[in-house]
Amino acid sequence: MMFLTVGSQMPFDRLVKSVDAWAMRNPSATLFAQIGKSDYRPQAMEWVHLLGPEKYRKRFLEADLIISHAGMGTVITAADYGKRLIVMPRREGLGETRNDHQIATAKWLPDHFGICVAMDDTDMMRALDGWPGIVPCESTNADAKNDLVMVLSKFINS
Amino acid sequence: MKKKILAVSSGGGHWVQLRRLQQALDGQDIAYVTVHADYKMDIPSGARFYTVRDATRWDRWHLVVLLFQLLLIFWKERPQIVISTGAAPGYLSLRLGKLFGAKTVWIDSVANVEEISLSGQRIAKYADLWLTQWPHLAVSTGPHYKGSVL
Repeated sequence: MMFLTVGSQMPFDRLVKSVDAWAMRNPSATLFAQIGKSDYRPQAMEWVHLLGPEKYRKRFLEADLIISHAGMGTVITAADYGKRLIVMPRREGLGETRNDHQIATAKWLPDHFGICVAMDDTDMMRALDGWPGIVPCESTNADAKNDLVMVLSKFINS
Repeated sequence: MKKKILAVSSGGGHWVQLRRLQQALDGQDIAYVTVHADYKMDIPSGARFYTVRDATRWDRWHLVVLLFQLLLIFWKERPQIVISTGAAPGYLSLRLGKLFGAKTVWIDSVANVEEISLSGQRIAKYADLWLTQWPHLAVSTGPHYKGSVL
């Protein structure tokens, strides 16, 4: 199963359309989409607007591949669960977000994890065609997290 | 002695990052403030939970509603420490925290790789601990780098 998730705050029709187009050409693939506030209605995959956290987690765990906007929530969760991940950053110029931080995020993602970045429709088709070859995300750097937790504990208890 | 903590974030990645810092809050008297009622199932038993309006700096009316919601929460909770991973609800909470005499912590989202967020820049004066999660964004006058959730 492939799980598409685009965040809940703003629509991301470009991504939903792109994945749906691939799904139409690949009827044997099973996809499930959480489309948030997107207007486009998928034709070739099961979809909902928003899943509650428990159902979201279940879909995430079951999925062989996650397809998402370049939001840190999905990236961290994919790293935690060791999932393959394709992200498409939202673009400010297309009204998909309010600033281009997802482009910035997407630039360093491939270096830090095995995350596949698709900047546009063509990239997405290529990424989806070759999805079994994507390396699952590695779990995150425990040392950096422990450092931050320690500094925070110290501050709280001081 | 247990400290009264208010841990605040908006949805998605901000919430995921706040949750990853739970270990630092264990054993304290915690109240969470976020924007989706569903997130309640993520928090440890015994912690209190509030939801507020999911506002951004682009919708002023929502910001006003959010501010009043937060004021009520502060009135009730009287936190000693306010911690946030962003965005708008966290920014306003740190400002209120200072008014109510709390110590404040801002942890800028790890999503801000090239520059600290706008709310992160503006919160500087009101954050006792002002952190970025990227070493290359740290400056000696702050924000500081002390680790990252990733």
